Amino acid sequence: MVVTCEQVWREISNYLEGETDAALRAAMDDHFHTCKSCASVLAGTRNVVALYGDERMIEVPPGFGRRLEKKIAQGVRSEKSGWSTWSAWLVPVAALLLIGGGLRLANSLTLNPPLKSEHADPGHDIPPDMPVVVSVATRTFHVAGCDFIHNKETVRTMKASEAIRDGYVPCVRCMRKYLSVARVPAALDAEAITAEEALKESDGD
Amino acid sequence: MPEPSAIVNSPEPAGGTREQDLIARVQRGQHELFYELVQPYERRVYAAALAILRNEADAEDVAQEAVLKALSNIRQFRAESRFSTWLIQITVNEALMRRRRQKTRAVESIDEHRDEEGEYRPRDFADWREIPSEALERKEVRQKLAEALGSLDRKYREVFMLRDVEQLNIQETADALGISIASVKTRLLRARLMLRDLLAGGWEQGWFSRPPFEKGTKPW
Repeated sequence: MVVTCEQVWREISNYLEGETDAALRAAMDDHFHTCKSCASVLAGTRNVVALYGDERMIEVPPGFGRRLEKKIAQGVRSEKSGWSTWSAWLVPVAALLLIGGGLRLANSLTLNPPLKSEHADPGHDIPPDMPVVVSVATRTFHVAGCDFIHNKETVRTMKASEAIRDGYVPCVRCMRKYLSVARVPAALDAEAITAEEALKESDGD
Repeated sequence: MPEPSAIVNSPEPAGGTREQDLIARVQRGQHELFYELVQPYERRVYAAALAILRNEADAEDVAQEAVLKALSNIRQFRAESRFSTWLIQITVNEALMRRRRQKTRAVESIDEHRDEEGEYRPRDFADWREIPSEALERKEVRQKLAEALGSLDRKYREVFMLRDVEQLNIQETADALGISIASVKTRLLRARLMLRDLLAGGWEQGWFSRPPFEKGTKPW
């Protein structure tokens, strides 16, 4: 393989990079042995690469390193103060979240208060949309017209689900079929009614 | 003629393990150690910015911004590349963005392709000998070299700076400048040959060969 001067000039940079294939490299080596001009181009180019690749060629303005160090220190400080500003916000935000959570909890307790009679049977399978009535200062909800309704002048109608939500318990008489007591033996039935009547009396106090 | 050796990237400074340790510590949050990590490369960072911006104040400003950007992104650094290369690439990117903001790009881009048409032919075939590296101790020589580099068109200067001064490889240079590998090779070839021609006069005038006077020695 024989190469011309033009080919050598075109490839001389790749030659220095070691990126020519073996055949081309050998041909260029042969050429450099015989062509003084191309040998000069190679030597000069190699000198250029060596000179500019020397660290001493890079000059920085006086104090550059000191100013850079200072800038980094400032950056680190502002980064930390940025964190502390952020973390300073974190405390009130966390407090707000806690308060919000507390309010939500309180709200949920309000929406789902404990049963007004802790020993009462909350009932089962009560149709949620079933209209029921409650009255002021009582703990039970009833089917409209139930004899066991107290404070009848204050009666108001709502859905069974709303009454349950508000902590009312089903009346042992008019809501009987929804209560566990409905499944107790008949002998105990009268006792249950007696208990309800006792409750009725206490409601009336 | 001696067998020419291929150009290789300069290795990381001695103490690579030390550097890895520093990187790991900075990544874990010890940011106060960051200057220690970048200090060996601060000159190269500045030179990369200067090669693109051609203004010392802008170059210093961008060098600082680039270093701070590297700090804020240090967790993204992966050991697949050299830290110095990563840092230089950030610097080049910052410098290019600064230059775009200065709105000079549109005007200069007209020249991008025109100058690559045709082949560059060396003009000077004077005999060159190896230039002793001691020549660089002389400010006059460094100044002549800087002037020659500064006289190149931007596209040649940038490629030459990143490859031959910053020691990025061809692929890294292409990535940093957003150009093809073929363009890097073409520009690099032309930059090297142009610089060779520009500096040939200096060889003939004895810049490189004149020995520096030793301290305390009178030249007469």
